[in-house]
Amino acid sequence: MNAYFWLIPILPGLAAALNGLAPKATGRMAGHLAVLAMLGSLAISSMALFAALTAGHAFQPIDIDYFTWIGVGGLNIPFGVYVDQLSLVMMMVVSFVGSVIFIYATGYMHGDPGYVRFFTYLPLFTFFMFLLVMGNSLPLLFVGWEGVGLCSYLLIGYFYDRDYAAAAGMKAFIVNRIGDFGFLLGMLLLFWYTGSLKFTGLFEAAPGVFTAGGAVITVITLLLFVGATGKSAQLPLYVWLPDAMAGPTPVSALIHAATMVTAGIYMIARLNPLFSMAPVTLLVVGTIGGLTALFAASIALVQRDSKKILAYSTVSQLGYMFLALGSGAYIAAIFHLMTHAFFKACLFLGAGSVLHAFHRDTDVDVFEAGGLRKYMPYTRATFLIATIAISGIPPLAGFWSKDEILWEAFAAGRVFLWFLGILAAFCTAFYMFRLYNLLFSGEFRGTEDQRHHLHESPAVMWLPLAVLAAFSICIGCVNMPLLGYTGFHDFLHPVFAHGAAHGAEAVEENAFLASSFLSEHMLEWIFAGISVVVAVVAILFARVFYVWFPNMPERMREAFSSIHTILFNKYYVDEMYHAGFIQTYFNGCGAANWFDNRVIIAGLNGLANTVRGLADRLRRIQTGLAPHYALGTLAGMVFLVVVFLLCY
Amino acid sequence: MIGLYHFLILSGVLFSLGVLGVLLRRNALVVLMAVELMLNAANLAVVAFVRYPMFGDGGIVNAQDYAAMTNGMTLVFLVMTVAAAEVGVGLAIVINLYRQKKSVNIEEANALKG
Repeated sequence: MNAYFWLIPILPGLAAALNGLAPKATGRMAGHLAVLAMLGSLAISSMALFAALTAGHAFQPIDIDYFTWIGVGGLNIPFGVYVDQLSLVMMMVVSFVGSVIFIYATGYMHGDPGYVRFFTYLPLFTFFMFLLVMGNSLPLLFVGWEGVGLCSYLLIGYFYDRDYAAAAGMKAFIVNRIGDFGFLLGMLLLFWYTGSLKFTGLFEAAPGVFTAGGAVITVITLLLFVGATGKSAQLPLYVWLPDAMAGPTPVSALIHAATMVTAGIYMIARLNPLFSMAPVTLLVVGTIGGLTALFAASIALVQRDSKKILAYSTVSQLGYMFLALGSGAYIAAIFHLMTHAFFKACLFLGAGSVLHAFHRDTDVDVFEAGGLRKYMPYTRATFLIATIAISGIPPLAGFWSKDEILWEAFAAGRVFLWFLGILAAFCTAFYMFRLYNLLFSGEFRGTEDQRHHLHESPAVMWLPLAVLAAFSICIGCVNMPLLGYTGFHDFLHPVFAHGAAHGAEAVEENAFLASSFLSEHMLEWIFAGISVVVAVVAILFARVFYVWFPNMPERMREAFSSIHTILFNKYYVDEMYHAGFIQTYFNGCGAANWFDNRVIIAGLNGLANTVRGLADRLRRIQTGLAPHYALGTLAGMVFLVVVFLLCY
Repeated sequence: MIGLYHFLILSGVLFSLGVLGVLLRRNALVVLMAVELMLNAANLAVVAFVRYPMFGDGGIVNAQDYAAMTNGMTLVFLVMTVAAAEVGVGLAIVINLYRQKKSVNIEEANALKG
C-alpha cells in the first residue's frame, strides 16, 4: 500500500499535464480524464485510510524519502511523503470533495470555451494540494502552498477578459504574498535554530532548542501564523477571498471553501508541537479567529450576492477553526474543517446550480431570485440540508463540530472566545437562512424572461449535490462527544499527543468549570443546548424577516441605516486598505517617478548635453585640410625637440 | 673653406623651404615635391655628418668612425628608397583624388572635416 502513495499527487498531475500539453488530443475528454485521475487518488487514499483504521493504535506514521531534493552543505531536504492520521484526513477531504466537485464541474463547465484550460488548472491544483498535505518537510509543504496559490490565481482570473476577474486574481495573489513572506521568515528561523526542516527532525529538535513560552518560538510561530492568515483568509488579510468569487463556481467550492483555504489550519495542526510551546501565539491565533468569525459573519448579514454571502461565511467558518486551534483544540479544528468542507462545498455548488439556471457565471442578486423551490427541487433540498448543517442544528454535521469548538474554547478558559463564537453562530444561522429564504421561498421576483428559463440542473450536477448533502447530514457521527462516542478524536489523538507532552501549559483551567457543582458532562449538554437555542432563534428571525413579513427588511434597513451602510460596505476595509496602503504605495511610486525624471534622467541628460556641447566645439579642430594636420605634426615635433634640448 | 656648418645651414634652409611648401601650397603635386625637398635636406645633413665627423679632422681615425660612416651612408640610401616608395603611394593618391574631384587642389580633399 505504502508503495503507491506517490501516485496520489501524480495522477492529477498527469491529468493536468496531458490536458495542458495536448489540449487538442484530450479536447472534450479533458473533464473525464481529470475525474478519472481524481477517482484514482480517492481510491488509493481510501485504501490507505482503511489500512490505518484497521491497524488502530498500531498504526505508525509513514515517512518515505523518495530522493534528495535539495542537498547543499549541511542542508539536506528530501522529497518525500509523511502520512499520518492528520494527512490521511486531509487527503480524504481533498480527494473525496475534489472528485465530487470535478464531476459537478464536467456538467457546470460544459460547453465553456475554456473547458480544457479549466480542467488543466483544476487537477494541477489538486496535485499541489496533495503535495501540501503529504509533504514530509516544510519546504515541500511550502511548494504545495505556493502551487495552490498559483492555481487559485489562475482560476480566479479564469474569465480573463473581464477586468474585475483579472483584478480579483491579482488581489488574491498579492495579499497571499504578504502572508507568504511571514511564512518564509518563520521557516528560515526554524532552520536557523533547529537545523532541520523535515517534520520528524523538527519535532525531535524543538523541545531541546526552544524553551516553552520563550520569545524565539513565539516569534517563529507568529510569523508562521501570518502565513496562515493570508492563505486562510483571516483578519487582516481576508480581503482577497470575497473577491475570489469572480472565478467559476466549482473553483469557489473546491479551492476557496473546501480545501485550499484550510491549508493554514492544516499547517498549524501539523506544526502543533511548535505552537503548543507558544501560548502567546495560541492566544493571538484564537483571538484573531474569533474576531474574524464574528466580523465576517456580520458582513454576510446584509450582502446581496449569493456567492459573496457564502464567501464571507467561509471566512467566518475558517475563523471558528482558528478559534479552536487557539484554544489548543486542534482536533476540533480539523473536525470542523472536514464537516465544513462537505456542507460548504454543497452550498457553493447549490449556488452554482442557481447561477446555472440564471445562465450567469458569477453573481445573482438574492433579491432578484426567490421561489426557486418550485423550479429546482433537488437544488433546494440539498441547499436546505447544507444550510441546516452550517447553522448547527443537531444531528447534522455542523452542530457536532461547531459545538465541540465552542465547548473546547470555554473549557480551555477562553470565555470571551466562546462568546464571540456564539454571537457568530447566531449571525451564521441568520444569514444562511436569509440566503435560503431569499433564494428558494416566496415568489419569484425576477423578470418573466428569466422565469421562463429557470430549470433544474442536469443529474451530473445534482447528484454530486446529493452526495455532499448526505455527507453533510452524517459525517458528524464520527465524533459525538455528547453521546460518548469520540472515534475521530481517538483516531487523530496520536498526532497531537507528542506536542501536548512537550508544550507549555497553553491554556489555564476554567475557574467556573472547576468550581461548578455540575459535572463536566452536564455542562457540555447545557452549552450544546445554548448553541441550539441560539441557532433556532436566528432561524426564526430569518423566517420572520424574509418570509412572513417581507417588508420587514426594508423597515429595518431604514431604522438602522447607518449600521446597514457600514455592513453593506464591508466596514469599508477595502477602502481603508486602498487609502492606507495602495494610495500610499502609489504616492511612493509618484515620488520615485519624480525622482527618476527630475534627478536621475535630468542629471544624465545634463551630463550628456554638456559632453555634446564640448564635443561640438572640439570637432572644429578637425578641419579636414591636410596642411593643418601637417602644421600640427610640425608643432609636435618642435615641441619634442625643445623638450629634448631642455632636458639634455 | 667650406665646412660642416655650411652644409648644415643649407640643409636647414632646404628643409624649411620644404616645410613651407607643405604648409602653404595647395597643389598636391607641389606638396609631394616639397616633401621630397625635406627628405633630401635631411639626406644632405646626414652625408655632411659622414664627411665631417663631429670630433676629429675629417679622416678615418678608427674602426668606430668607419662604422659610423657606413651607417650614415646606409641611412641615406634607406631614406632614398623610402622616398621613392612614398612618392609611388603619394602619386596614386593624387591620381585618385583627381579622378574624384577633377582637381589636385588639396583644399578640396576635406571629407574628414569635423
